[in-house]
Amino acid sequence: MAGPRILQDDAVEEKGDRARMASFVGAIAVADLVRTTLGPKGMDKILQSTGRQKEVMVTNDGATILKSLHVDNPAAKVLVDISKVQDDEVGDGTTSVVVLAGELLREAERLMNKKIHPMTIIDGYRKAAECGRAALEAMARNNSGDPAKFHEDLIRIAKTTLSSKIVSQDKDHFAKLAVDAVLRLKGSTNLASIQIIKKPGGSLKDSFLDEGFILDKKIGVGQPKRIENAKILVANTAMDVDKIKIYGARVRVDGMGKVAEIEAAEKEKMREKCRKIIAHGINCFINRQLIYNLPEEIFADAGVMAIEHADFDGIDRLALVTGGEIASTFDNPESVKLGECKVIEEIMIGEDKLIHFSGVAMGEACTIVLRGASSHLLDEAERSLHDALCVLTQAVVDSRVIWGGGWPEVMMARHVDELGKKTPGKKSLAMESFATALRAIPSIIAENAGLDSADLVAQMRAEHFKEEGDEDRMLAPGIDVVSCGVADMEKLGIYESFKVKQSVLLSATEAAEMILRVDQIVKCAPRRREGM
Amino acid sequence: MALAFDEFGRPFVIIREQEQKSRLKGLDAQKANIMAAKSVARVLRSSLGPKGMDKMLQSPDGDVTVTNDGATILEQMEVENQIGKLMVQLSRSQDYEIGDGTTGVVVLAGALLEHAEALLDKGIHPIRVAEGYEMASKIAVQQLNKIAQKFEFSKDDVESLVQTCMTTLSSKIVGRCKRKLAEIAVKAVLGVADLERRDVNLDLIKIEGKVGGKLEDVELVHGIIVDKEMSHPQMPKVIENAKIAILTCPFEPPKPKTKHKVDIDSVEKFEGLRLQEKQYFTDMVNQCKDSGATLVICQWGFDDEANHLLMHHDLPAIRWVGGVELELIAIATGGRIVPRFQELTPEKLGKAGIVREKVFGTSKDRMVYIENCANSRAVTILIRGGNKMVVEEAKRSLHDALCVARNLIRDNSIVYGGGSAEIACSLAVEAAADTVAGVEQYAMRAFADGLDSVPMALAENSGYQPIESLTAVKAEQMRDNNPYLGIDCNDTGTNDMRKQGVFETLIGKRQQLMLATQVVKMILKIDDVISPSQYD
Repeated sequence: MAGPRILQDDAVEEKGDRARMASFVGAIAVADLVRTTLGPKGMDKILQSTGRQKEVMVTNDGATILKSLHVDNPAAKVLVDISKVQDDEVGDGTTSVVVLAGELLREAERLMNKKIHPMTIIDGYRKAAECGRAALEAMARNNSGDPAKFHEDLIRIAKTTLSSKIVSQDKDHFAKLAVDAVLRLKGSTNLASIQIIKKPGGSLKDSFLDEGFILDKKIGVGQPKRIENAKILVANTAMDVDKIKIYGARVRVDGMGKVAEIEAAEKEKMREKCRKIIAHGINCFINRQLIYNLPEEIFADAGVMAIEHADFDGIDRLALVTGGEIASTFDNPESVKLGECKVIEEIMIGEDKLIHFSGVAMGEACTIVLRGASSHLLDEAERSLHDALCVLTQAVVDSRVIWGGGWPEVMMARHVDELGKKTPGKKSLAMESFATALRAIPSIIAENAGLDSADLVAQMRAEHFKEEGDEDRMLAPGIDVVSCGVADMEKLGIYESFKVKQSVLLSATEAAEMILRVDQIVKCAPRRREGM
Repeated sequence: MALAFDEFGRPFVIIREQEQKSRLKGLDAQKANIMAAKSVARVLRSSLGPKGMDKMLQSPDGDVTVTNDGATILEQMEVENQIGKLMVQLSRSQDYEIGDGTTGVVVLAGALLEHAEALLDKGIHPIRVAEGYEMASKIAVQQLNKIAQKFEFSKDDVESLVQTCMTTLSSKIVGRCKRKLAEIAVKAVLGVADLERRDVNLDLIKIEGKVGGKLEDVELVHGIIVDKEMSHPQMPKVIENAKIAILTCPFEPPKPKTKHKVDIDSVEKFEGLRLQEKQYFTDMVNQCKDSGATLVICQWGFDDEANHLLMHHDLPAIRWVGGVELELIAIATGGRIVPRFQELTPEKLGKAGIVREKVFGTSKDRMVYIENCANSRAVTILIRGGNKMVVEEAKRSLHDALCVARNLIRDNSIVYGGGSAEIACSLAVEAAADTVAGVEQYAMRAFADGLDSVPMALAENSGYQPIESLTAVKAEQMRDNNPYLGIDCNDTGTNDMRKQGVFETLIGKRQQLMLATQVVKMILKIDDVISPSQYD
């Protein structure tokens, strides 16, 4: 029916089945895009930016891939958004959450073709998700009481996370790095105090964790290159010219002589400032802003090491590491807390000179130096490590772990199936679909590894249905992509963090529900931009 | 061409009709208007009720909103048509006045217009239709008042309030944890309510959303949450028994409004300027410190030097706090907003039991909680959710629930939901119609039919046969003389809304009826639409 037009000229309106189809197609397309990156044998994607440089990025990280996409489909945007949130909130599982949401929608589409109302599907999905979560919670184990075991759990979680990334060859090494770094945080989730420095050259194996702190900066010319028992003043102040902050002030001179005088006064002002800084009794001065030649020279004369232009994060971390405060005024030297460390020295990593602080007061911060053949490799390694670190910090807070390798999905699917059998009404169909969607995850993992997915998942399912006491019943049957079969995840030591899995389940269901509920899409006319 | 003649008999043009200018007159205008209003109403029809669907809206900038809230849908659809805009305003005024029922009012107006169209086809004059509608709406409102029930609650027994909020929330995506949200909404409203005066200032309830976590993590904070962090990373993260200085002046040297210049022409003056500058900062910080403040909240930023000085004097500070938040903080902590450092005195400080900074997730998101405030009336609801759209939708849903709770505190009369009130009114109007002589009788019947379409839409959205279920319930209401029977949307097995506990506020329903009638009357009265030519 052609009613009067109520929307703007360029606006697009889609209704009912068409709207639903548009959102399904969009969401499933996005899910399919990242589908092949799932699991330990997942493939990577090359992303080329649209910028002038046409920079290339190679990655396996779902959130990174989706972030760089310019999607126009509103439903696809929902999926991109959940992946981003998953990244911010728990750091890992960014691919899984999108793939699961995509599978849920695929199943929902099948149900809708059978003329089942979306609200019924949502109802079933909600109940199924709740049931899955309860099952997951019941099976989660907590080893936080036993430090040795807990440590082992953490290493295993890290290995599982890293195994799907580019660093999987050296995952033992990296897992240890990550766990050591996270344990130093002592329960805080502030990843800012773990610094990651990337230096091309060497191989991934040469990456190391440094207990001290490494600043990727240079020491001023003519200043000592090595200081023992350093007293550090961390500052954020202008060391070029002090701006006059009083509004409306301007310098007016009436002769060349005056100019010279003012200049001298200005210099004197800076000297005074430097003197005050030196009066703190320091032998190392680190500033966030530039240090001009004049103050640098003064510092060099006083035998103080001056480091300029340490960025914001660097300053924050340094202050945290050395225990000093970030100073901007220097009038009361007695009350400013200075940072301390045993040795500051210039070290070489590959070709570059870096400044190394060792023996620092607070043990919380540390630096991970990544080495690798190319900058793309390093970028990807950094993302992988970041994932692992995020997961570990979350695991330290919520120490429950579960097995990985597709085990949780099949286990939840079993429970949801059972619930479906007991539920009267059309909802049970939705629950069965939910179970099918869950089982799609291990099947994709197997597929990506080039295995016979249908066979493996069926085997796993059978294994899950074995009663307690049956012969050779596995504790946690899952997919072993190395030996190409079903294996016990407990024996293989493939663990995942409970929190990650739970959030994957809940966010995926939430997103699927959101897309299912939509029966009309209104796209407003795009805003006109100037000059287009 | 509209022509008129001046006193000399010369013709002149009143409205220039050109190619671009469109003009509709008479019945055509009414038909076109009704059509436009109907198509707006049709958009919302499928969103009505607990099983209503959502709409996905893409803004001009490409941002996606998914919502079920009538007012939000219409607002973001950017309706162009003038009559369509009337409907948008209708929904908005319901939102401002009541806060809930924004979908229902538009659906009702659409249905009334649809039935009016049939009457126009019969040749009934639109004004007569409008008059009939007016009479019918009076009867419907009387009937509403008659079937309304007072409903009792006290500070300790809030169960009934929670139930009502749950009715509102059940139609939203947050329906999954409606119980928890409803409880939070009721607690929040009771927290700020003035039960003596039966008034609630919703401004005291702040709804803050943070993406991440899950819906169940939503929390009610008896205090204020500010989405900011301490200005200096090394300031203490927890302050107990905080005395808060609330400032609207920057930590910077003064900037007089009048244009001025300070001329520096000698070294002495240059030195003086430097000292003066330093003095400013020290004075400012000292003034804060001397007043006894242990926390400074400032609307503006500070200079690095000021920041460090504050830190140095153990004076934690939060900068760039928005004006509205600042006011809330002032209300909550009982402090005064101080515009000048000189005016800072100990009496003007706000007090809070604990102020703490909390970190979220793996990113460095921080928020500052100000709790146990001196005046505990201000509360904040922090919503978490899997993605941005869920959080936004939850915010809107919670706002609706808060409004409902407020309305109940203002006036504790309720009617039952599930379309039962509409059916009861429809029956009353139909009965009254028979006693009215004249053309208005037809209009009143049409009004009754229009009322019926609300439960019909409910039934349709819940997957029932609309006509069958409506007639069944209607017959039952008539037979048992029980106005509490409605459509069983949730498939619970009973039509009795009292048993299901589905309430709506009387004022909300009444407002819906009256607003819808008003707008319909207005649209019916338009008989000429002149749209100006486009500027090119």
